[in-house]
Amino acid sequence: MAVETRVLDDDCVPISGWARTSPTLARVRRPRGSAEVAAALRAGDPRGALARGLGRAYGDAAQNAGGTVLDMTGLTRILAFDAAAGLVVCEAGVSLHRLMTALLPRGFFLPVTPATRYVTAGGAVATDVHGGNHPGAGSFARHVVALDLLTPDGEVRTAVPGTPLFDATTGGLGLTGIVLTVTLRLLRVETSLLSVDTERVRDLDELMARLAGPPPRRDADGAPPPYEIARIDPLARGAAMGRSVLVRARHAPYEALPRRHRARRAPLAFRPVRLPAPPPYVPGGPLGRTVLGLAGEFRHRAGPRRSTGRLRPLSAVLHPFDALPHGNRLYGPEGFVPYRCAVPYGQEEALCRIVRRIAARRFPALPAVLTRFGEAGPGWLSYPLPGWSLGLDLPTGLPGLAAFLDALDEEVLGAGGRVQLAADSRVRPDAVAAMFPRLADFRALRAALDPGAVLRSDLSRRLAL
Amino acid sequence: MKDAFGAPQSLLVLGGTSAIGLATARRLIARRTRTVLLAGRPSPALSAAAASLRPLGAQVRTVPFDALDTASHEERLGAVFAAGDVDLVLLAFGVLGDQARDESDPAAAVRVAQTNYTGAVSAGLVCAGALQAQGHGSLVVLSSVAAERARRADFIYGSSKAGLDVFAQGLGDALYGTGVHVMVVRPGPVRGGRAAEPFATTPEAVAGAIELGLRRRSETVWVPGALRVVGSALRHVPRPLFRRLPV
Repeated sequence: MAVETRVLDDDCVPISGWARTSPTLARVRRPRGSAEVAAALRAGDPRGALARGLGRAYGDAAQNAGGTVLDMTGLTRILAFDAAAGLVVCEAGVSLHRLMTALLPRGFFLPVTPATRYVTAGGAVATDVHGGNHPGAGSFARHVVALDLLTPDGEVRTAVPGTPLFDATTGGLGLTGIVLTVTLRLLRVETSLLSVDTERVRDLDELMARLAGPPPRRDADGAPPPYEIARIDPLARGAAMGRSVLVRARHAPYEALPRRHRARRAPLAFRPVRLPAPPPYVPGGPLGRTVLGLAGEFRHRAGPRRSTGRLRPLSAVLHPFDALPHGNRLYGPEGFVPYRCAVPYGQEEALCRIVRRIAARRFPALPAVLTRFGEAGPGWLSYPLPGWSLGLDLPTGLPGLAAFLDALDEEVLGAGGRVQLAADSRVRPDAVAAMFPRLADFRALRAALDPGAVLRSDLSRRLAL
Repeated sequence: MKDAFGAPQSLLVLGGTSAIGLATARRLIARRTRTVLLAGRPSPALSAAAASLRPLGAQVRTVPFDALDTASHEERLGAVFAAGDVDLVLLAFGVLGDQARDESDPAAAVRVAQTNYTGAVSAGLVCAGALQAQGHGSLVVLSSVAAERARRADFIYGSSKAGLDVFAQGLGDALYGTGVHVMVVRPGPVRGGRAAEPFATTPEAVAGAIELGLRRRSETVWVPGALRVVGSALRHVPRPLFRRLPV
């Protein structure tokens, strides 16, 4: 009987994104090396194949319903490290956490890290991740020197910056080929600490003024602090609407450590905190308006009005949520919907309207993150554009959320902005072409490179990429 | 593909002239649905139903399908799935019959049973297999509150829906963990527009409940929701007493 064909196969497992919405079934293969990846691709699943890393893409970007999913976390070798040139070559399945653990003691850090370090190098390339230091450092692709890419025709090509294949692959969501190895330029650091300036900001207008204005404290060489993140309390209303905490951080040089600071002895130690995980089943709604409202109130009032030069570990500032494994479970079985949008400079009005609309709905959500973007990268489907980026996670079950986010999309489109495809699980398919002007090139390159549509994902089906 | 809110992009309605099926299609077209396939016996009513959906902005096609001709299901529905993924199958066909006439005309009663149960089992299994092969999708089965407990007034219809209900529950369990979601919908008496009976509902209300159930990935949906409690209570009423109840 047809019903039995796939249930009995142990390789077939339901897969969902980090936000745990819309799970689909796929046949999971876990290759151990490039040869096994090529063999799995050659096997020719009629519903296509797709590489998947640590599954931190929120939506359906790393799912392939009814087809094959290649779990790349088996490719875990760091192949070469050149301290003089500051370069590392690693396989695609190596996580950024592992790279940090290996490289920080040697005095190197990743030039760009997203809000979680539990992503693979291949995934970071395919989604062209960015961090709070985008204005200065750009996105991940800017620091990639070369990629070994297994293209759908079964060949291994080396993609270097400046070629169409490279530009399509960075941010290309794994649809142009399977990244096998990544050569990455590293950032030299003297300590694993950040020197953090924190400011409490009263409301949205003040926040925009602070972000647009010059930073209050510059480094010795006159440069502004590279990391800049504003966390907006989405539950504050009235005059406090848009109140936030603005964090600016720079890598602390060894000389800046106070005498007798314990980090003087081990300046490059990397020991991130790990809390126990929540249980596998959490009923929906522990993060209600009351709890989150009180938490926001507490967070805002407990912090200092202004502090400068506090030394904090890298992980606590750049990836605070990595301390809680399986933190996505706290949203309950219905999961959550991430909203990540960027609007260009000059469209601050639209950005403020979006923040006001979110605040007016009083969604029970964790703080919204507002950062600035600098120069856009080369990636055709990359998210960053010169402007502002706003992101927040909302529980799926909120009444009227689907229509509300569609309305926000209209606002973003009107401002010439875009949403992040790697985080998306709901955007209107016809809006995507307007958000990504190079989408036609991307489609054309895919049609030429992959005429049989060997590489496919649920995202590519949903949005017809 | 369905989005994070369970809104499908393509919809197959088995029983393309069903009021609930069309109300659901209208509601889903307002969200993300762009392809609608209405399956039913070719008739002016089916063409009119398709024509009524087209102005809403969806591509609508009709598929010849007869619930009683179970031999043709594999081929007809197979062709639909071969043409492209179907995110949501709404099993909406069924006949109410006429209890008084059916009791004296066994052939008519068999027809009710064959349409509501045998036809649905056949179509349900074909669709379940196809959905499983594509690795995603939802199968929404329209049962009825009449399936919950046999009533003097409609036990022929009720028994056929009871069979379908149990079939769909079992199918849902069989498909658990395969990416395919089966949802049983038990509406109260559906009256187009006027609510005369207690717990009567409208096709639009059922459509709303289906949309919500898709988002929540519910397994059983009652419309109106209060019926869940009433149905649960009625299930435990002793038969000598239930017989005398004016339900």
